[in-house]
Amino acid sequence: MNRRLPPQPHEWIDRTRPVSFTLEGQTFKGFDGDVISSALWANGQSVLGRSFKYHRPRGLLSMADHDINAMYDTPERPNVRGDVTPIEAGMSLAPVNTFGTLAKDKGAWLQTVSRFLPVGFYYQTFHKPKALFPFWEKIIRRMAGLGQVNTDWPAERSVKRYHHTDVAIIGAGVAGLSAAKEAMNAGLDVLLVDENPHIGGSLDTHYPFDEHADGLRESVQALEASPNLTVMTRSYAVGYYGDHWLGVKTPSGLVKVSAKSVVVATGVFEQPGVFRNNDLPGVMNASGAERLVARYGVAPCRVGVVLSANPEGVQAALNMIRAGVTVKALLHTGRLSADVRASLTEVGVHVYEGVESPEALGKQTLQGVQFEAGSQTHQLECDGLMMSFGWAPAGALLYQAGARFSYSESLAQLLPVTLPEGVFACGRINGVFDLQDKAQDGARAGRQAALFAKGQPLDPGIDEAGFRAKQAHSHPYPIWSHPKGKNFVDMDEDIQLKDLKAAIAQGFDNVELLKRYSTLGMGPSQGKHSNMNGIRILARLTQKTIVQAGSTTARPMFHPVPVADLAGQRFRPRRQTPMHDWHATHQAQWMETGPWYRPEYYATESDATASIDAEIDAVRRKVGLIDVSTLGKLTIFGPDAAEFMDRAYTMRMANMKVGTTRYGLMVDDSGVVIDDGVVVRFDEETFYVTTTSTGSDQAYQLLTRKVIEWGLDVIVLNRTGQLAAMNLAGPFSQALLQEVVTQPDFDLSLTGFPYLAARETEVCGCAVTLVRVGFVGELGYEIHCQQADALTIWQGLFAKGERYGLRPFGVEAQRQLRLEKGHIIVGQDTDGLTHPFEASLKWAVHFKKPYFIGRSALQRHKARTQRQLVGFELPLHQPLPEVSNLVIAGGQIRGRVTSVGRSRTLNKIVGLAMVDVDWLQNATLLPIRLSHGPSVEAKRVSLPFYDAQGERQNQPLSLDEPQEANQ
Amino acid sequence: MKFVECAPIGRRALSEFVYAGPVRKEPRNETVSDADLSEFLYYHWNQPAVQTELWQHRPTGIWFYFERDTATDRIERVYPATKGAAQ
Repeated sequence: MNRRLPPQPHEWIDRTRPVSFTLEGQTFKGFDGDVISSALWANGQSVLGRSFKYHRPRGLLSMADHDINAMYDTPERPNVRGDVTPIEAGMSLAPVNTFGTLAKDKGAWLQTVSRFLPVGFYYQTFHKPKALFPFWEKIIRRMAGLGQVNTDWPAERSVKRYHHTDVAIIGAGVAGLSAAKEAMNAGLDVLLVDENPHIGGSLDTHYPFDEHADGLRESVQALEASPNLTVMTRSYAVGYYGDHWLGVKTPSGLVKVSAKSVVVATGVFEQPGVFRNNDLPGVMNASGAERLVARYGVAPCRVGVVLSANPEGVQAALNMIRAGVTVKALLHTGRLSADVRASLTEVGVHVYEGVESPEALGKQTLQGVQFEAGSQTHQLECDGLMMSFGWAPAGALLYQAGARFSYSESLAQLLPVTLPEGVFACGRINGVFDLQDKAQDGARAGRQAALFAKGQPLDPGIDEAGFRAKQAHSHPYPIWSHPKGKNFVDMDEDIQLKDLKAAIAQGFDNVELLKRYSTLGMGPSQGKHSNMNGIRILARLTQKTIVQAGSTTARPMFHPVPVADLAGQRFRPRRQTPMHDWHATHQAQWMETGPWYRPEYYATESDATASIDAEIDAVRRKVGLIDVSTLGKLTIFGPDAAEFMDRAYTMRMANMKVGTTRYGLMVDDSGVVIDDGVVVRFDEETFYVTTTSTGSDQAYQLLTRKVIEWGLDVIVLNRTGQLAAMNLAGPFSQALLQEVVTQPDFDLSLTGFPYLAARETEVCGCAVTLVRVGFVGELGYEIHCQQADALTIWQGLFAKGERYGLRPFGVEAQRQLRLEKGHIIVGQDTDGLTHPFEASLKWAVHFKKPYFIGRSALQRHKARTQRQLVGFELPLHQPLPEVSNLVIAGGQIRGRVTSVGRSRTLNKIVGLAMVDVDWLQNATLLPIRLSHGPSVEAKRVSLPFYDAQGERQNQPLSLDEPQEANQ
Repeated sequence: MKFVECAPIGRRALSEFVYAGPVRKEPRNETVSDADLSEFLYYHWNQPAVQTELWQHRPTGIWFYFERDTATDRIERVYPATKGAAQ
């Protein structure tokens, strides 16, 4: 059966360009411009999909992106919507929700047992016994899913873009276009967003033969040529995010739109009637039938009947006749005026008025309609039933913007009553239905939006409600119960009237509860054709008004957005140190730490563990060099610098001697450890501090903020990017450094340059600051220098370092080295609640100062310490616990592992755990539950694991001494 | 997108700023009671109102006071934070 009509005046298809595609292996032919559903329907296919729960045959409904039952998988994409996706040559489609084929779906038996699958069935049935749930879950998941995701998908990353405009107009129908024209006449830039491939909205589908529409159509063409207008077609405004900031999903990715004012002309969703078999293929919305005819030149049926409650139904019947579709009758729920009745009978449409209790007849597809009129029951044969019952606002954007809606009894429609500043609504969403009125209402909104965008006062003489319809265009209750049911409220989720009745009877009589319990409006179309009827039912059954029944929140995204579009492309800075290229050419394996790229290790050996162990070994027995340019680096100077440092850090800083360093621990107001580093005092009024690599921005913010709050005469300078740093560590570090220090007579001896001292000198001809640090537990020197000099020094050290066995080491080796030494890493061994007394940093808190950040809180924490960081060890061959494995004793969680590693240096596994103090009292063993189930008993040991006396700081090696360092 | 008019640096996207919370007075640590300290640390006054907040403009490092209505998210007034101004 061929349903293609003769050419229609404004059709989107190109009949000179045929396109072939396949569904379930069968070939179909359509035209360029067809969507999947229109091409299938044109070929006589009436079953386009199967329903979600009962696998009932389904056809067309809206042709407006809400036909969830006509959904397909292609080899590349799941859940392609048939009613809006253009056909492509060679496209291969499979329906998403069939067991078998569309024609014979083995799941269809489910509808025969539907009375045993009441609302809430899954919640009530499968939750016990709990042990069986995994069994049921597998079955439910198979039954409940829609499309299949191809996990072998190609990585796609679309581009995210920004667009700035004066006025953004959502919806390019009559009202939206009129608004655009008005705003452009005011000299403003306008962005027009529409979901369709062509602008015009209902102009071409509902008014294809209307002479008034022709003038508007011409002005549309004139608009499109203007340079002030940007048009985004096939695009959805998916969310409103405050201050006129919109997300627009376009075919080529997400666009973030910033506008000065917004006009919402998104229109309305046609709502189906709820009556027996209202889901049979052949029953559809009248606006869907109009789209099918006007855009694709496809007849909705051979012989049709229109079931209507409003003027749009009458117009649809007349449009069908003009297009060449037979409409045998119009069933009207109310009364028609004599001239309207005459206009219908004139073209052969029989009119029934006062129609009640419609019922669709047929098995696989529609074969007729039964209804009551004039206290008689009538039956008509037909293969198409076009419903025109009324409208619900496409109001998601307005709701998100903070608009309030109220139900107008006279229009039987929800209308916006208060709009946020700079947001304007017009057209059918504003209750305006007549063609001329929509144009004028659009112009009104456009004028106001333009005034707002220019920062001028709005025209107070304009009435937002001035063009609204005087009579209802929606049926107040298009719902008819039937003893045999199958009257669907939600076609996505197969929810019948009785399901909502049962849910309400069970006490789920609040709109939010009803939604979640029955899943009304929770399918892919998100209630666009079901929520309004659901609210009407709830209101009637609970004897409330529509407003009292309420509505659910429409959150962004309004429409499904592919994850690839949300992800976009990487759009954040990536920081590299001056040694980046050197690392890259030396097999560095990268890791991201905040914005930085750092070498995790250098892949010099057969695998990662061997490489890291070799790096550790070099530091312990010879010498290693690590790039620590990522450390935050701040200079703090001014007359009040010492006072400032005393207040900002937990330790005393004002009494530091020039040329010395001190551990710098930062806590917040509540005493929680937030950062640490090294503090150097260069002179009375100048300090230099390092912070953790990822915490530098926050530390800088906190310190600059405190300068203001405390009103001290001090300046905090962020030098993180300006300076570079590296740490030379190991028993040969002093000997190697001696070779590259270019300042004559510089005293590098252990007594002349003791542990924790700082010196300014010259290395490889470059000015540097040297700091004797012990983070990795060996004699070592941090070298801070200008960025531009860093590579010279780095390469200078390697030029002389070969005979000392110098190796670069990465972050992973450093972590292991410091763990052996029992040094913590803020953010790894501490969490969002850890204070210094828990982290064994009591020595770093000096209460003798009158004030420092967190002092009051720490005074209290000191007496109430509940957790403590302790060391543990295990034999080397034991399975390695992982970070965050729990310490569980007597069935109680007593702590968790914060750091752990296999130490070749110490020949055992060592780790740190944060453990409850009261349990710890008499515990010598920590039972650690491993990730895969079993527990290991770790021995509690005191810290540090390595070199408890700190002797390594004073044991330099030189090449003259033949032996290497003892372990 | 939210834009902020800042006298010294002009019209700026809010995304260039970092929020550092409302201006609050820290209790004096010598005398503060447990109740007052926990009020300051853990209980935040969260009713809709116009409040003075500290925001840092990240690219320049300049701190500003925003007087912002937390009910409407409208920024009523912006001025540079000067030393000691919060006290």
